[in-house]
Amino acid sequence: MFTYTLRRLAFAVPTVLVISLIVFLMLDMAPGDPTASLPLTIPPEVREQIRAALGLGEPVIVRYFRWLQMMAVTEPLHMIAAATGWDIAPAGPRILSWQTRSPVGDIIIQRIPQTLWVVGLGYLFGILIAVPIGVISAYKQYSWFDQIGTFVSMVGFSVPTFFTGVVFILIFSVWLGWFPSMYDTTLRVTDWDSFMRQVRQIVMPVAVLALFNASQISRFMRASMLDNLNQDYVRTARAKGLREQTVVLVHVLRNSMIPVVTVIAIGIPTVFTGAIITEQIFRVNGLGDALIRAIYVSDWPMVQTITFIFAILIVLFNLIADVLYGILDPRIRYD
Amino acid sequence: MPDGAVPVLDVKNLKTVFRTRAGDIHAVNSVSFSLKPGELLGVVGESGSGKSVTMMSLLGLLPSPPAEVREGEVLLSGRDLLKATPEGLRKVRGREVGFVFQDPMTSLNPVFTVGFQIMEPLRKHMGMDRKRARDRAVELLELVGIPDARRRLKDFPHQFSGGMRQRVMIAIALACDPKVLIADEPTTALDVTIQAQILELVKELRQRLGMAIIWITHDLGVIAGIADRVAVMYGGQIVEHGPVREVFADAAHPYTRALLQTVPKLREPRADKLRVIEGQPPILGRQPTACPFRARCPHVFDRCHRENPPRRPIGNDHDTACFWNHRTGNPI
Repeated sequence: MFTYTLRRLAFAVPTVLVISLIVFLMLDMAPGDPTASLPLTIPPEVREQIRAALGLGEPVIVRYFRWLQMMAVTEPLHMIAAATGWDIAPAGPRILSWQTRSPVGDIIIQRIPQTLWVVGLGYLFGILIAVPIGVISAYKQYSWFDQIGTFVSMVGFSVPTFFTGVVFILIFSVWLGWFPSMYDTTLRVTDWDSFMRQVRQIVMPVAVLALFNASQISRFMRASMLDNLNQDYVRTARAKGLREQTVVLVHVLRNSMIPVVTVIAIGIPTVFTGAIITEQIFRVNGLGDALIRAIYVSDWPMVQTITFIFAILIVLFNLIADVLYGILDPRIRYD
Repeated sequence: MPDGAVPVLDVKNLKTVFRTRAGDIHAVNSVSFSLKPGELLGVVGESGSGKSVTMMSLLGLLPSPPAEVREGEVLLSGRDLLKATPEGLRKVRGREVGFVFQDPMTSLNPVFTVGFQIMEPLRKHMGMDRKRARDRAVELLELVGIPDARRRLKDFPHQFSGGMRQRVMIAIALACDPKVLIADEPTTALDVTIQAQILELVKELRQRLGMAIIWITHDLGVIAGIADRVAVMYGGQIVEHGPVREVFADAAHPYTRALLQTVPKLREPRADKLRVIEGQPPILGRQPTACPFRARCPHVFDRCHRENPPRRPIGNDHDTACFWNHRTGNPI
């Protein structure tokens, strides 16, 4: 298992490199000019100087390797330094956002907590709701519980979050006035009162995301449980005189979780990518929001960096899913 | 076998139906049999004859819905299991009645170790602590002939061969010293040499432990080798029942006779074709009011279409459900 993991990690390196090249080149070739948003009164020669100052005068391959070097070494060290307070940040140039002129690493570090809190909680609650619903739906297949569960998850699955988000805002913010429609990042939790305000503002985005994620995962859970409930080993477990709850929650659930856990692991990068829209609706200034804003103003270093981080996360969690599969299923041995 | 001993299991008039959208399927119709302590009863019949469904009905192992045990009594040491609560029935399963199923490849849970699966009934039914349960599990694995038992407890089912897995299944079934062992085609999925080993093992265990066994199979050769008595099932009914020697030597029911003829014989000149019983077994959409075998029977006559023959004695502990007298070749 260990050598398998190492081998997979080694294979992940060229994959990530190829992705980085594609991400860099595609954005480099994209139309749009970082000086386009500057005032038209700027004379062309000054405009050229600005472009040169942004590093655009160099050949593309040089720029790629510089970006890659900063991406792989400088920025992670700065990010770790910012997160932990250790003095490991190297001197030298960093990837600068064209829009804000500040290092992209710093912006990303500022944005990650909001995304993790809102979207991460949405995913976590989604899982916590989905697993019991999936188990009960499968065990009581075609019961009213299963029928309602199927209907709700079909709705949750097929209605996009930008629609449910707006509906939630309309009902709970506009009509009922229970929750604020905007997420206030500047809110600091210092006492009970500010904690409750934080809870209130986080409820709706988390609920929208949890509903969407739970719809998907509960379907997987239900299908996986149904597959296993009809297996011969379930009959054996019953014939041994085990309690029904032991049969279902130990024997069947343990087997059913194998595919579901991998699906959950593969889905974790979508916590970041898939939340772009939800962050927009509830004005959460997370990573997705930063990406959208950077795209609007052709801030390519920012877009390249965030896209590349998403790509790394996807590769990484695919690997984690495979390793988890091997841990959960004793029949699978990778070595 | 002492004659007239109190049966450990006495099944009377058992009726099981499957309720489907297309109507009820009468899978088991008025089946009665008994099992004396230490006895081995063979149950034969082709696929769909109701052998397995009968045995699963005894302990409520059929999924309900669609299955429903409608009538009858299942007396285990005098106690009616059909009247037991689900909880009461659960305590009988694995404790007083052990089960071994057909396919050892799928009957064990793939994600738990063999040790865990053997220790489960010991800890739940016998209240053993971990250490005692482990010692007992080692004992059981040695009993069923698995070498290096203590180390193998930590292995998963996929690390065992088919025959070894069936030995593990038998160890699980025997864990709590049951009075009755129900083996549902335990050797069907195994190849012939392994089959012979498992048969030897069961014969030996039976002598050593003295439990009563119900052995379900469609292989008459297996029955001849191990059973004391045999019940032949067809269309959800027992059509012939008796001591194994008598049934083999003096088969009364046309179905039993046909079954015996389908067994290829080594000593006779080689036949070009294997013998078969023409036709299909019935699908029991209604409570049968005629003989279920009439469509395939060579001796069928008008009464067979009007009445379902009841079981009638034809010898010492030997009975058949047929209107045709096999000794005279005429209707009774």
